[in-house]
Amino acid sequence: MKAELLNRLLEARRQRRAVAMVTNTATGEQRIVPRSEAAAGSEFDKAFRFDKAAMAGDEFIAIYNPPLRLVIIGAVLIAQSVIPIAQSCGYDVTVIDPRGAFASAARFPNVSLCADWPQDVLPKLGLDARTGFMALTHDPKIDDPALELALKSDVFYIGALGSRKTQAARHERLSKMGFDDVTRTRISGPIGLSIGAVGASEIAVSVMAEMTKALRLGLS
Amino acid sequence: MNALETASAWLGEGRKVALATVIETWGSAPQPVGSQLVVDAEGNFEGAVSGGCVEGEVISQAQELIAKGGPKILEFGVADETAWRVGLACGGRIKIYLETVV
Repeated sequence: MKAELLNRLLEARRQRRAVAMVTNTATGEQRIVPRSEAAAGSEFDKAFRFDKAAMAGDEFIAIYNPPLRLVIIGAVLIAQSVIPIAQSCGYDVTVIDPRGAFASAARFPNVSLCADWPQDVLPKLGLDARTGFMALTHDPKIDDPALELALKSDVFYIGALGSRKTQAARHERLSKMGFDDVTRTRISGPIGLSIGAVGASEIAVSVMAEMTKALRLGLS
Repeated sequence: MNALETASAWLGEGRKVALATVIETWGSAPQPVGSQLVVDAEGNFEGAVSGGCVEGEVISQAQELIAKGGPKILEFGVADETAWRVGLACGGRIKIYLETVV
């Protein structure tokens, strides 16, 4: 690999642009192809979506997706349990909660922490296809504007904490905001796989399992 | 820091660098296709191409490549004659593309 190609791969990573490096394993020739050149729904596009590098004839197609990112709304107990698992799975974590007492650096070390309203932070952050999103405050005042922005974005996972009753009320509010049934099915709520989780740590396991499933297998 | 960032940092320090990439796997393999390992001329390394089973051999091959140049394909598996030395206990097979970064 030429150092110049390495620099271009690293630049794409910093700018959160997905690119592939195509290597002819017989000749050693290499070229970089941006995801923007992959037709929607094509095998090449799917390779990006599912992070699947593979051989194609003599060519090896390496996928360089932007780093995974997790945005959590709510500096709450479950967030504290989710964060270490998410970080060990390779996510850069951002926690947003306008309540200063919750969003304290002492409670949330080692993450990007914003004690602001989600609607002020999220547009700057840029929610993209390599981002997972969780609304964990239980408070519609904080969660709803954030969910609105998540639903309008390409995030690969949207989880929302709350009982079935809370979810029903949430869907009613989002429906009034103009989100149709199909769009709202992107929200996983009650959040997490059904594994009978007890307590914040086990809920964190179920939530991370659900987000991983969405990342690797897609929503189904 | 991932393998590419490490490779870039090492190049910046004037070190010679080789990159190993898993290009195919068969059966059980602990590291997916695309996993990378970066090696310098002294055998320092970052990243992984297996669960630690074949790293030693990949590193020594990488050092040789840094000295001689050119890309190379390495293959490891239970059927390999080197199975005892560097075989994959999991029973899988992997193919690795080894190249210098210059």
